[in-house]
Amino acid sequence: MAAVWVFVEQEGDRPSSLGLELLAKGRELGDVTAVLLGPGSDDIYTTLGDHGAKAVLRVDGGDRLPSGPVAAALADRARTDSPDLVLLGQAYNDRDIAGRLAARLGVGVLSNASDVRLTGGGVETDHEILGGSQIATASASQGPYIVLARPKSFVAEEVGGGAPAVEELDLPDIGAAEGRITETHVEEREGPQLGEASIVVSGGRGLGSADAYELVERLGKQLKAATGATRAIVDAGWVPYAKQVGQTGKTVKPEVYIACGISGAMQHLVGMKDSKTIVAINKDADAPIFSIADLGVVGDVHKVLPKLIEALESR
Amino acid sequence: MNVIVCIKQIPDPATPYRLEEGTNWLIRPDEQILDDTDRYGVEMGLQLVEPDGGTVTVVSMGPAGSGQGIRQALAMGADEAVLIEDSSLRGSDALTTARVVAAAIGRREFDLVIAGTESTDGYSGVVPQMIAEILGVPALTYATKVEVAEDSVTIHRQTVAGYDVVSSGLPAVVSVTAGVVEPRYPTFKGIMDAKKKPIETLSMGDLGTERAPEQLVLSIVDAPERTAGRKIEDDGDAHEAIVALLAERKVI
Repeated sequence: MAAVWVFVEQEGDRPSSLGLELLAKGRELGDVTAVLLGPGSDDIYTTLGDHGAKAVLRVDGGDRLPSGPVAAALADRARTDSPDLVLLGQAYNDRDIAGRLAARLGVGVLSNASDVRLTGGGVETDHEILGGSQIATASASQGPYIVLARPKSFVAEEVGGGAPAVEELDLPDIGAAEGRITETHVEEREGPQLGEASIVVSGGRGLGSADAYELVERLGKQLKAATGATRAIVDAGWVPYAKQVGQTGKTVKPEVYIACGISGAMQHLVGMKDSKTIVAINKDADAPIFSIADLGVVGDVHKVLPKLIEALESR
Repeated sequence: MNVIVCIKQIPDPATPYRLEEGTNWLIRPDEQILDDTDRYGVEMGLQLVEPDGGTVTVVSMGPAGSGQGIRQALAMGADEAVLIEDSSLRGSDALTTARVVAAAIGRREFDLVIAGTESTDGYSGVVPQMIAEILGVPALTYATKVEVAEDSVTIHRQTVAGYDVVSSGLPAVVSVTAGVVEPRYPTFKGIMDAKKKPIETLSMGDLGTERAPEQLVLSIVDAPERTAGRKIEDDGDAHEAIVALLAERKVI
């Protein structure tokens, strides 16, 4: 059996949903050791075991910025344990740790993977490229293979494994490379989260102005949906980065995705094209978004959205 | 305060990207533009040196082409540019890129390295962290706000739940998100001045580093296509079709 390390970050008192997704893939590929970032708990270890982890390596830097010390500790451990694959997610701490770990070990990172396979000593990863219109299969010539998989690529699954053996990994002093977390802010958020909502309403440049994003928010509220945005309007400062859906933002796969004033740049399509049902409202009849929409409305969002909100209110 | 800003020239994202037969590498035309995400890094650098003086040097790896993207950064106000151009670097992965850029940075005195969180054409999203590891400095990533003091840097670091305030000593690498600052547009004077600013060109032989183990693209196939459904013109009642569809999908 291949030895697979799966990175799982603790969120509150639970393992992240991304981490559990990665465990499902890891278990398919070999014997899984979960690398848990966080203080841990018996409940969390049980959950990790249920999802297929045979062992847990716990890393917890407290207020130390994790990437430096965690990458250093994992690099040391990888030299003795020689995992075949280190699987992480396309997420903030995952990316930071993967990058530093790869540089330490002198191997590359296969980023943005939608699938990963181990093939008799080698690795193959799939990547959606050119807006998801094509799938590239890539490989690395030297292990341990470090792979970052996009969220929602795999489905988390409880398989009812036994309690994993838990070991705490000491984090070394890394001198001048150290960073400190001095404050943590949780932003008040209303309604469902982008990654979990069954309906997502997103806005793009076609809204015309930052103020018009209010239409997206009102529709979102009416539908109990999460609200998202294209990179163009995030870059323009209309909405915060956390709302960005796309290649360099979040990946969503809701039941229904409503694209308001979104033309359908490749960068955006990758993040939402696997939604079950896509509704698009755009003035430009030739906008690429219409080529993937189940229902395309050629029209002005400033006219269609207020009527839609009103119709829903009166239901 | 000496700031290095990592930038990249990329094919205009508004044009369709094409891959080279055989290697599957992205075809890079002569005319490449400054990656939009890098405008935030350049602006951040300029704002950090303006109060007390210092230099902003942009560092880039890749084929020079017309150099238009690099001139864009210089026209915004960066003082000089370093370009690493070497045909042996074609098809480089993130680690090779990071080694090369870190080696070029290491030839200079610097307090802070700024980069975007990921490029628009490659988006591996790990190059700034790798550069930091190679240089042996902290990587303060996904910054939505950056402040520099005498010998420390503090950022707001985007997290899943909100943001953390993170600090470290200098030198350090900081990766900035779009929106961290409002990038300026080059002035006419800036554009004229940029033509006279120095661009140092380096090749692999100047750097004393080597490529990372190879990554290969094995194959490229068409993804299963999602087909378009119904398209209607809004005649004033299009919202009814949307309501009907939402009801049919049982989400309302």
